[in-house]
Amino acid sequence: MIDKGTYVRIRKTILKPEERSDNLPEDTKKVPFKMWIKGYLMEDSDLFDIVNIKTITGRSETGRLKEANPPYKHSYGDFIPEILTLRDIIKRDIRGENHE
Amino acid sequence: MKIMNNTYQNLMNRKNEIMKKSVGLDYEKYELEGIGFDFELMMNDQGYNIEKIKQIQKENMVGNTPLIELKNITYYARKYAKPGFGARIFLKDEAANISGSFKARRAALSVNQAKKLGYKGIIAATSGNYGAAVAALAAKEGLECIIVQECFDSKNISQPEILEKARKCEAYGAEVVQLSVGPELFYSFLKLVDETGYFNASLYSPYGIKGIETLGHEIAEEIMEKVGKFPEAVIVTNAGGGNLTGTARGLKDAGALDTLVIGASVNLYGLHMASDYDFNRKSFTTGHTGFGIPFAVFPDRSDVPRSAARPLRYMDKYVMVNQGSVFYMTETLAILEGMERGPAGNTSLAAAFSLAQTMKETDIIVVQETEYTGAGKHSLPQLSFARKNGIEIKFGNPIDEIPGKNIILPKNGSYLKHQDIDINELKKSYLKRFKDVDLSSNDYKYLCEELRIDISEVKDLMK
Repeated sequence: MIDKGTYVRIRKTILKPEERSDNLPEDTKKVPFKMWIKGYLMEDSDLFDIVNIKTITGRSETGRLKEANPPYKHSYGDFIPEILTLRDIIKRDIRGENHE
Repeated sequence: MKIMNNTYQNLMNRKNEIMKKSVGLDYEKYELEGIGFDFELMMNDQGYNIEKIKQIQKENMVGNTPLIELKNITYYARKYAKPGFGARIFLKDEAANISGSFKARRAALSVNQAKKLGYKGIIAATSGNYGAAVAALAAKEGLECIIVQECFDSKNISQPEILEKARKCEAYGAEVVQLSVGPELFYSFLKLVDETGYFNASLYSPYGIKGIETLGHEIAEEIMEKVGKFPEAVIVTNAGGGNLTGTARGLKDAGALDTLVIGASVNLYGLHMASDYDFNRKSFTTGHTGFGIPFAVFPDRSDVPRSAARPLRYMDKYVMVNQGSVFYMTETLAILEGMERGPAGNTSLAAAFSLAQTMKETDIIVVQETEYTGAGKHSLPQLSFARKNGIEIKFGNPIDEIPGKNIILPKNGSYLKHQDIDINELKKSYLKRFKDVDLSSNDYKYLCEELRIDISEVKDLMK
C-alpha cells in the first residue's frame, strides 16, 4: 500500500485513438494520447489504482497510480567508444596527421 | 465516422477567447485589412525598448554573457580553407545565463509581463530549454509555473534530453505536465490555461522575441569594441524562428545593418514530427528542420494569433548540418577549447566551422549560443539512446546520413560541411497559402515585407 500524502506519478489517457485529432500519421492515430503527472496522493492506495493527486501548483488530477517517489532515471547513458575515436581524430587533424 | 470528444471540441471552439485572456494582448489591434498585420507596431507597442529590456535582464542574471574567440577551432577550420580564407569564429557563451541557455532572455520578459499584469502563475508549452528558463525566472518572481512537454512515445519511452529538462524545471519548483507524441498537446495546454488562468509565456509573443534583441545588440557592440567593426556574419540555430528574428532585430537596432544573418538547423528530413515511431529516432529534439522549415513558411502556425517570430523577414542564408556533425563539433569544443556544452546548442557552431572556410580570414562569424550540458543532455546519453533505438552510429561522409536510420560522424574535419537550404523554395511554400486569394495592393505590400522581396518577385514566385 502507498500512504496518503506520498509524492507519486500517475498516468492518464486524455484522448482514445478514435478521439484523436485528424491529420495524424498512421502510427500516432492508432495509439491513445496520454499524460504523466506528479503530485501528492490524496488517499491510501495501491499501485495501478485510479487515484486523485494534488499537484505542486495545487491542482487536482486523476489517473492510474504508476510510481511512488518517482526517481530521475536519466543518466549519461552507456559509454559510446566512438567518442574516443572522435577525440583522437580531432587531435590528429589539428596536428596534421590525417592524410586522405 | 469520427467519434468526437465533447470536452475536446468545446474547448477548441473557445480557443481564441482563452488565448486572448492568457497573453493580455489584443492581437486584433494589429490586424490590417486583408491578409496582413502590422508587425512593427505589434513589436514596438509593448512598452519595452532595448534599454529597458537590458535592465530587466540584468536584474535577473540574464544577458551580458562572455563573447569568446575560438582561436583553436578557427585554426582547425583554416586547415580546410583556401589561402586567405577561414573567418575568425567567435562564440557567445549563452550557457552562462540563469537556467543555462539563451532562452532566459525570452523568459525574463514574459515573466516580467506576467507579473506586471498581475497573473499569479505562468505556463509554457515547451520540451526545450525555454521551460527551465520560465521556471527559473518565475521562481525568482514568486509566480506559480507549469511547463507542458511532449515527452514520451506509446511505449512510454522518453527522450533523455527532455527528461533532463523536466528535472530542471522541477528543481525550480515548477509543475511539469508530460504528454505523449502528438499535436493534441495544444488541447491539453489550452485546458490548463483555461483551468488556471495563468499567463501564457508563448515563445511566439512579442515578449518572447524582444527578449532576444539584447543578444544581437550585445554581439554588435562587443565585436565593435574588440575588433573595430561589426561582424560579417552571425549564425543562429533555427527552429521556431524566434532566436533568429530577435537576434537579427537586435543587430539592426545596434547599427549592424550589413551583418549577414544565417540560420542553421539539424537535418531531420524524412522524420515526421507527429509520428509516434519517429519521435525517439531522432537525436535532436529542437533546432532541426522539422521545426525550422514549417515555422519559416507558415509562422502563424504557432500558439498565438500572430507570431512575432518571422525568420523569412531576416534570414539572409539558411543552412543545415547532419546530426553526426553536431556531435563532432560538441567534442571539438570540449577538446580544443575546454568548453563542455550541450549538443543541441552547438548546431550553429558546426555550421560555422564549415561556413568560415568560405569567408575571408579577416572576416568575423559569430556563433550566438551555447547551452548547458548534463545527464540526458550530452553526446553520450543522446548517442547511446539512438543506438538503443536501432540507429546505426558510424564514421563516414555526413552527406550519407539518413535521419532515423543512422548517425554519420565525419571521418575527419574535412568532411564536416554545411548544406544550403534554398530560401526561394521556402518563400514559394510561404506564398502557396495565398494562391487562391484575390490580393490587394496592400496585401502585396505585406508579402513584400514578409519575404523581403519586391512585388515582381512575389508575383514570379507565385506562378
